[in-house]
Order: sequence, then structure tokens, then C-alpha cells
Amino acid sequence: MLNFTIRRLVLAVPTLLFISLVIFLLLELAPGDPMAQVPLTVPPEVKEKMREALGLGQPMHVRFWKWIVQFFWIEPQVLVDAIFGTTFSEGDLRVISWQTRSPVMDIVVQRIPQTLWVVGTAYVVAILIALPIGIYSAYRQYSWFDQMGTFVSMVGFSVPPFFSGVLVIVIFSVQLGWFPSIYDTTHVVNSWDSFVVQLKQMIMPVMVLALQITAQLSRFMRASMLDNLNQDYVRTARAKGLSEYTVVMVHVLRNSMIPVVTVIALGIPAIFGGAIITEQVFKVNGIGQLLIGAIQANDLPMVQTLTFIFAVLIVLFNLIADVLYGILDPRIRYD
Amino acid sequence: MTDTDKSDTLVPDEGLAPASTALPTAGVMDDLTTPPRSQWRDVWDQFKTHKGAMIGAILFIFIVAAVYLGPFVWTIDPTQIDIRARNQGPSLGHPFGTDQLGRDILARMMSGGQTSVSVGITAMLLALFLGSFIGVLAGFFRRLDGPLMRLTDLFLALPLLPLLLVMMLLFREPLSAAFGLERGIFILIVCAIGITSWMPTARIVRGDVLAIKEREFVLAARSIGTSNSQIITRHILPNVLSPIMVSATLGIATAIITESALSFLGLGFPPDFPTWGRLLFDGVDYLQQYPERVFWPGLAISLTVLSVNYLGDGLRDALDPRIRGR
Repeated sequence: MLNFTIRRLVLAVPTLLFISLVIFLLLELAPGDPMAQVPLTVPPEVKEKMREALGLGQPMHVRFWKWIVQFFWIEPQVLVDAIFGTTFSEGDLRVISWQTRSPVMDIVVQRIPQTLWVVGTAYVVAILIALPIGIYSAYRQYSWFDQMGTFVSMVGFSVPPFFSGVLVIVIFSVQLGWFPSIYDTTHVVNSWDSFVVQLKQMIMPVMVLALQITAQLSRFMRASMLDNLNQDYVRTARAKGLSEYTVVMVHVLRNSMIPVVTVIALGIPAIFGGAIITEQVFKVNGIGQLLIGAIQANDLPMVQTLTFIFAVLIVLFNLIADVLYGILDPRIRYD
Repeated sequence: MTDTDKSDTLVPDEGLAPASTALPTAGVMDDLTTPPRSQWRDVWDQFKTHKGAMIGAILFIFIVAAVYLGPFVWTIDPTQIDIRARNQGPSLGHPFGTDQLGRDILARMMSGGQTSVSVGITAMLLALFLGSFIGVLAGFFRRLDGPLMRLTDLFLALPLLPLLLVMMLLFREPLSAAFGLERGIFILIVCAIGITSWMPTARIVRGDVLAIKEREFVLAARSIGTSNSQIITRHILPNVLSPIMVSATLGIATAIITESALSFLGLGFPPDFPTWGRLLFDGVDYLQQYPERVFWPGLAISLTVLSVNYLGDGLRDALDPRIRGR
């Protein structure tokens, strides 16, 4: 198992390098000029200087190498410095945003808590809703509850977040006036009342995200339970007189959770990507909105770094899912 | 054509198999005289029993017909501006009302639907072609299997929505300069969606091809000297048609949602060129006064995707011979 993990970790390095190259080339080959917004009255030689100040003067491979060094070598040092108060990274150039002229990672670190709060809560809520629904629909297959569950998850698949989000805003914020339509990230929770306000503004984005995740997870849970319910060991468990609760909730559930846990792990990066739209609908200023803003402002270092962070998340959670699968299911051998 | 050829050659075998084992009585004569049932007839019979799939199919056909044939009945030009009749509620002249420039929303929904549905279908065809091509190559030629599957894994590890957004931003202007504004963006969106969504199809097709190429009929074809390309087109492709068809329906659904998401984020089609996602995006500004402007395009997207998803569900059951006939 340890061998397998190490091998996968080593394999992840070329994958990530390749992805960063793809992102870099995509941005490089694209014919956008970062100087397009500069007024025409600025003379060409000044423009050339500005271009060099942005680091655009050097050939392509040099810039790619510099970006790699900055992202993989200097940024971790900055992180270490921030945690332990050391001075490894002093004087080193970091990845600088063209919009704000400040280090990209500083802005990302400011934005990540908002995304994590909304997305993380939505994921936990979705898991808590999806698992019982999946278990019960499988236990009573083809009952009205199961049919309803199928229909609701089909709707959850089909209604895109930019529609369900707008719909709940119309209903709960415009018509009923229960919840605010905009997520206020400057809100500080320090009393019961402010906690209620925080809860209120989180309900809608969390529910919109959770609906989608629940739709997928509950279907998966149901299928996995159905696979196990007809197995011989379930009949054995019933035959030796175990209670129905023990049979389903201990024997069947534990075995059915193996694939579901890996699906949960695999879904986390996709949620970060999918939350871009939900963040846009509810004006949550997380990393999704940062990406959209950077794309519209033609801020290439920011776009490149953010896209690459999403890629790192995907590769990382794929790895975690594979390792978890091996740990949870002793029948799986990766040798 | 290969499908019907295959089913024609299959049917006599199925009809004769019971006759050879049963006693030669009148009953057998009945069996032999009943017209042979084709495979697609069986699929259709199974499909009919899936209520959701039937409703989905009818709804999808209705939406496509309404969107493409509707403009012949409802002849108001979707771009005609009538500023005096702006922001009207539903009436006989404008069943869905008019927008902030007095354009008829029903006409805009139809023309927006044409774009959304054609983007969905074209992008699906492109993804399907890429996916089947790579899947068949990887499954059929052992040397290509490793590299092609690594490529698929790499594509699966790419963050798709951010990349799509970046592609839209970067290639919008050169392509619209080369092909004209609308056609350029159409090509861009279709290519972007197609290139980022072929991976699931490729994996499924590869798995099926790996199993089918070991079967006896492929060996038989090879032994009489059939070339690789003919084996693929005549024997392999018809047999992997069912997973391809199922992923086609799911492909339409994801393509329509992706296009709408791009339009909703303001990176899709230009404002005067409506699609359902763009109409929804424009309606958000008037959310408080006219919520129905968000509701209709959103409902159209959701209903189309829902019907296609149910269609795919029914198709999967109908095409699976283990479920069929139960």
C-alpha cells in the first residue's frame, strides 16, 4: 500500500507538470495583449518597458521555468515563513497579479475561507441528506419513496445551479423576503444575532449546491446498497437471527460505503469548479469569483495560478480516492 | 446501414434455433411463419415500457419542433425593437410579454432555443466522434492503448470549467474575426465543449471494444482476411453502438448546460444573439420587477435537460440485453 502511494505520488509530478504546461501554452498561444488597455498616447518604447516590467520580455520557456520555480519553490517558502516566522523567501520574486500588483497567492489565501465555508458546508449537508435517502430507497426499492427519490435526483441533475439559484432568490428573497440575496463576507459572527444572520445568508447558496451533490450521491448510494443487499452474506446474517437494523445498518451499509467514500473524495475538486457559478449567483467573493474577475481583466498570472490550483486539487483527490479504496477494501491489491 | 444488415443476419438464427430442438408439429410452423423480429423492434418494445423515457422522448421532440418550426407560425422577428411596447406583461400579441427593448420574448425564446439545441447537438456529435475514435483505437490496437488512456486521464484531470472560461476569453476575438461574430463564437463554443467532454465516451467504448475484439465473430472475420479498418467499421462499431447512443443523450444534456453556464457567466454568445443561457443572464437584471423573464429560459433549459436525461435512462435499459425481455 505504501509502495503504491509513493508510486502514485511520483506519477502525479509529471501529470501536474504537463497540466501546467497545457495551461501555460493555452494562455501563451492566445492572442490577447495585456497592453490593450493602455492609452494610445503612451509611446511604443514606454509600452515595451511596461511589457518587460510585467515579465513578458523573455522567451517562452524562460517564463514557464520562472513560473514553475515561483509556484513550486518560492511560494512554499513563503508559506513556511508565514507559519514559523523564518526568512527563507526574502528578496525572491513571487507570482504577481497584473491587476493588483500584489502576490497572487496572498489574494488567493484571502479568498479561500469564503469558498471553503460555503462549499464545505454544502458538501457536508449534501452527504447528510444523500446517505439516508440512498439507504432507504435501496431498502424499499420501487416504493413511492424510491420513485420520488429518483425523480428528485433527476431534477437535481437537470436544473443548472444558475437557474435553481436565481429561482430561490426570486422565491425566498424577492417574494418572501426571508433571506438576503447577496452573501456578505465582511459579516463577523460574535453574538447569537450575528450567528443567525450568518446562518440566513448561508442557507440559499448551501442548499443550491447541496441539491446537485445530493442528486448524484443518493443515486450512487442506492446503487451500491442494491448491489450488496442481494449478497449471500446478507442472507447469512439474517439467517443467524440478527435484527434487521443490524443487518442493514452494520453489515450492508459498511460494505456499501466503500465505493461511496471514494466517490465523495472524487467529487470534492469538481465541487470547487462547479461552485464558480453558485458563487457568481450569490455574489460570494470566493476563488470562483476571483477567477471570473481575473479572466475578465485579462490577468494571466492569476488565471494561470488559479486554474493550476484547481488541477492540483483534482489530481490530489484522485490520489486520495485511490488510496482510500485500497485501505477500506482489503480485497483490493494494487501490487 | 450496418445496423439493419446485422439485425437481418441475426434474425434467421434466432428464429431457427428453437425449431431445430422442438418436435416437428404445427406449432413450429407457426413459429416459422411469424415474421422475424428485428433487434431494434425489441429495443423499441422495451423502451415503450419505460414511462419516464417515453414522456422524455415526446417532450424532447416537442421542444425541438417548437424551437425549429415555431418561427414559421410565430413570425415576429426576435430582433425587432418596439420601444413603445417595452416591459409588457403577457398578452395575446405577446404571450410571454416583451423585454426592456420591446422585443417579443416568445420569439426570442424560440431563436435562443435554436442556438442552444444546435450547440448541444453539434457539440455532442463532436465529443462522440472524438470519444469513439479514441476509444476504438485504444481498445483495438494494443500499442495505442497505454498512451491514449494516459491522455484520457490527463484530460480528466484538467479543471474543465475554468479552462472553458479561459478558452472563451482568449479565442473569442480571432475566431469571430475569421468567421463572423456569430459563426465564430458558435464554432468556438462547440469545439471547446467537444474537446473537453469526450473522455467518458472514450473510456466506455474502449472497455466494450476490448471485450468484443476477443469474440469469435471477429476472429472469423480476421481469418477470412478482413482488414483492420473493415473489422472496425463492420463488426466492432455496430456492436458498441448502444453505449455510444446512451452517452450521446447524456452528451446533449451536458453540452446544453455548459453552453448556458458560459452564456450566464457573460462569456458565451453576444447579447443581441439570444440563447437560453443568455436570456436568463439578461433577465437577472430585472429579477425583482419581472421574475418571469428568468423563469421561462430557465424552465426551457431544465425541461430539455430533464427530458434528455430520462430519454438516456430509458435507452440504457432498452439497449441492455440483460434487462430487455424481463
